[in-house]
Order: sequence, then structure tokens, then C-alpha cells
Amino acid sequence: MKVLVAIKRVIDYNVKVRVKADNSDVDLANVKMAMNPFCEIAVEEAVRLKESGVASEVVVVSVGSKSCEEQIRAAMALGADRGIRIDAEDGPDSLSVAKLLAKVVEQEQPGLVILGKQAIDSDNNQTGQMLAALLNRPQGTFASEVKVEGEQVIVTREIDGGLQTVALDMPAIVTTDLRLNEPRYAKLPDIMKAKRKPLEVKAPADYGVTVASKLSLVSVELPATRQAGIKVASVDELIDKLRNEAKVI
Amino acid sequence: MTTLVIAEHDNNELKSATLSTVTAATEIGGDVHVLVAGSQCQAVADAASQLAGVSKVLLADNSVYEHQLAENLGQLVVSLAGDYSHILASATTTGKNFLPRVAALLDVNQISEVIAVVAPDTFKRPIYAGNAIATVKSEDAVKVMTVRATAFDRCATGGSAEVVSVGESCDAGISKFVGEQLTVSERPELTAASIVVSGGRGMGSGENFELLYKLADKMGAAVGASRAAVDAGFVPNDMQVGQTGKMVAPDLYIAVGLSGAIQHLAGMKESKVIVAINKDEEAPIFQVADYGLVADLFEVIPELESKL
Repeated sequence: MKVLVAIKRVIDYNVKVRVKADNSDVDLANVKMAMNPFCEIAVEEAVRLKESGVASEVVVVSVGSKSCEEQIRAAMALGADRGIRIDAEDGPDSLSVAKLLAKVVEQEQPGLVILGKQAIDSDNNQTGQMLAALLNRPQGTFASEVKVEGEQVIVTREIDGGLQTVALDMPAIVTTDLRLNEPRYAKLPDIMKAKRKPLEVKAPADYGVTVASKLSLVSVELPATRQAGIKVASVDELIDKLRNEAKVI
Repeated sequence: MTTLVIAEHDNNELKSATLSTVTAATEIGGDVHVLVAGSQCQAVADAASQLAGVSKVLLADNSVYEHQLAENLGQLVVSLAGDYSHILASATTTGKNFLPRVAALLDVNQISEVIAVVAPDTFKRPIYAGNAIATVKSEDAVKVMTVRATAFDRCATGGSAEVVSVGESCDAGISKFVGEQLTVSERPELTAASIVVSGGRGMGSGENFELLYKLADKMGAAVGASRAAVDAGFVPNDMQVGQTGKMVAPDLYIAVGLSGAIQHLAGMKESKVIVAINKDEEAPIFQVADYGLVADLFEVIPELESKL
């Protein structure tokens, strides 16, 4: 069984984002970029499926400019076998990405597609679900455990009240939550080896998809900031303030 | 212009997140309909019919919707979508699960986690873990969006909308519910509580959370945690408050032994009053706290509990 993993290049999660002075967007010039943390978990899960003999090949795909090949190589260093980059301007909309991924799935015929549940830049949490819908396949979102059993994949999902387990007919789409696994660090020899693994570059036109969105960004602003309040010296003072000043208890 | 709100419920009870989503729908303007899809969920439909501003409740009562499987629910909503200009769900794990399917099948993008309605086609939503707020405009024929409950007040009750059954049984037949493990707690639900007490890595262990449970029980509060406390294995993930956990906005938020990482602040900074208790006076949490107490939590939490 083949596993397809879709990944996204995003701002490094340790970097605090700045808004451009003209409020047109966030400022990504000279900012450290990295693989989206949820995508890293997706790659790790796929590689573990291969190591345990469930998967035979792990293919990584990303939609973006040439710079995202850095993240595809990073995924290969973690154990993915080959990569596909679909050339597009950075920041394509989720629906276009889902349409492109659907075409890749039709060509590659994976048994499982694993994606991160959300990218930490746009925070949309939708591409995996959209892909599943376009393919008319089942989805196991926010996964904390993935088990392949015959023709089915059993996915434990993190839901608001606890955990839910679903059984999905394969091929199926899984999106990862934080606790699914802890991604490994790439070893130097693997980083070197990754440079020689095959990486194919495609254009959206190769798949007959036009990357265009009817959703436009009007402006970006900083959120309202909260002012720091006061320090209290004791529990008694705290209780007094909460009771008589804030009136919340 | 008519908006369809998909109700959040457990077949018995309408969840408060739906009340906030109805408020967002009312702000868009036009009629508001609510879809209750579930199994033996007449009581939920009756509750929805009493929401102020709702003119019609669609009830799809069928065993295929019992567990709100995204594959089935998505198909149902799409089959009803023709009559609507806007389709809204709460940004809960249920809404986030099925609504993007609806958007994709309607060939439109989804607008996620809306926090403000600027115009019927223009909305505000947080990006980069709430470190920036984007205003987005959609030219899609149908606006499909999830709504962040903490950003909108709950709508009033006292209405009396008609309840009509919608018949279609959409069973995609490709996914099955196997089971669930829901956290059983006597305390209020984290996202609906008016007081939340949260612990961070400073709690030191899962056993020490007992201090917070005691305090919470005295105050009628829910208990949350930072991602660091969850990652350290102190408490289960469904207690996590933050970008990757739950969004809360209670009247009072008490952060205990918690530094206040950006991703945690993203989940609680809309709280009305924030109290921080931490022995490190440099902790970033103090920058957003209305009242800060620099002290050892193991001394002051029992003291606070006994004095309340």
C-alpha cells in the first residue's frame, strides 16, 4: 500500500509574526520558514507505517514555489521515498490545493492520504476534509491513533468531549492531531541521502486545475492588545479585588 | 438571503455554541433557519425552535446522523444547500469536521473561525494563532463558514419557529462509528463555563491538578490546562486551552503555574478578567493578566480555596 502525505511550508512556529505597516498582509520577508508541525506528524506517521510493513512507499506532495522543495527534502530525510511539487505561488487557497491533491490521488492511487489537521499560518483546518469530499472518500480528522486493519483504517479522533473512534473504508483521508506521534529528528546521513531521492515538479495545468480563489484578503491587522493589570500582594487582596472591583466571584 | 445554521448537539441537548452561531447569522441579516440532524433528537429541534431570530427549524431525524459522521452529514447539508446564501456551523470539532466537505462539494472555499461579521460577504478571522486578524471577502455564491462561539454573544430564547422534517437519508456507507470515550465530569464544560481554572507545567504532575479540581469545585469552575501540561502527560488533551485546543472566554480565567505561551494566550485572551498565579514574575502571562500574584502555587491555591 502506498501512503501519500501532503505538506505545507509555513512560518517557523517559534517566530512571532509581524503585520506589514500598510496592513496588506503579514510580513514574511526574511522570516525563518519550516514544515508545518502537523505535517511533520503526518510524515512521521507515514514513515512508521512503512517501517512496520503496512505501507510500501511514502510519497510527499506540496503545492508552492521552488522554496517549498526544502520542506519536501526535509520529509525525505525523515523517510519519505519521493516527492512531488506542484508549482504555484505561495499561499494558494485550500479548495485549489484540495483539487490538485485529488488529481494526485487519482494518479498515485494511495491507500491512505495523511495531512496535518491545520496549517499554523492560515489556521483553516479544511484541506483534508475537502480532499476527502472531492474524492467521495471517508475521513478521520484530528487523529490521535491510526491502525490499518485489512481493508479498513481505524482512526481514534480527538473531539471536544474526549475521543471518538471510527472505522473507514480505504482509501481514506486522515488528518493528524498533536498527540498522534512525536516526529523524529533527521540524521545527517539521511539528509544527504534525501538529496538524491526523486522529486518531480508539476504545474497545475498538468492536472487541469486552475489555482484561483473567490476569497480575497482585504486587510490584516494586529489583534486588540490587553493591558497588563496590577500585581496583588496576597490571596486576601486577590479575593478582595475579584469580589469588589471586578465583581466576578 | 437566508442563512442555514447547523445545530451542535448530542441528540439530547442543544449546545450553547449554536446560540452564538445564531447570533452571527442574525448579524449577517435575512432569515435564519436551523438544521438539527441526529437520531431521536426531537428535543433538540424543540430547543432550537425557541431561539430568538430563528424562523424555521429543519429536523433530519435518522439513525444515519446519530454520530454526526462527516460523510453523511456533509451530503445532507449539500442536499439542502440550494435555498441558502450562507451556511454556518460552530467551530467545534464537529463543525470543523463536516463543514469543509460541504464547502468542497459546493465548489466554494470555507471561511474558518469567523470572529466578526463586517458585511454579508466580508468577515474577520484570526490567523497565525490569533497573532493577526484577517478581514476576508468572499465572492462565492454560497458563504460557508465556521463561527468561533466565544466571539459572539448567545442569542436570546423565547421564539417559536416551526419545525419541519426533512426526509432524506444520506448514508455514504464508507465510514462507521466504532465507539467513543467521553470525559465524564461533574464540572461545567470548559467552553461554556463562566469561570475557568487552568494549570500549566508548573503544576509539576497530574496528581497536583487535584489542587485545581478542589478550587474549581468550590467556585463552580471548569478546569483547563496549557499544552505544556498536556504534553507532559499531566492531563488529557480535551482539557487543552489554546490554538491547538479549545477557545474559552469566561468571565474569570485563573491561570496557575502557566507561563503564557503565545499559543495558549490565543485560546483565552478574550476572557473578561484574567488572574495569573506564578512564582516567576517574568512570566509573559502577567502581561495579559488583570491581577497577578507572584507566589508559590502550592501555598496560595490551598489558601485561596479555604478563604473563598
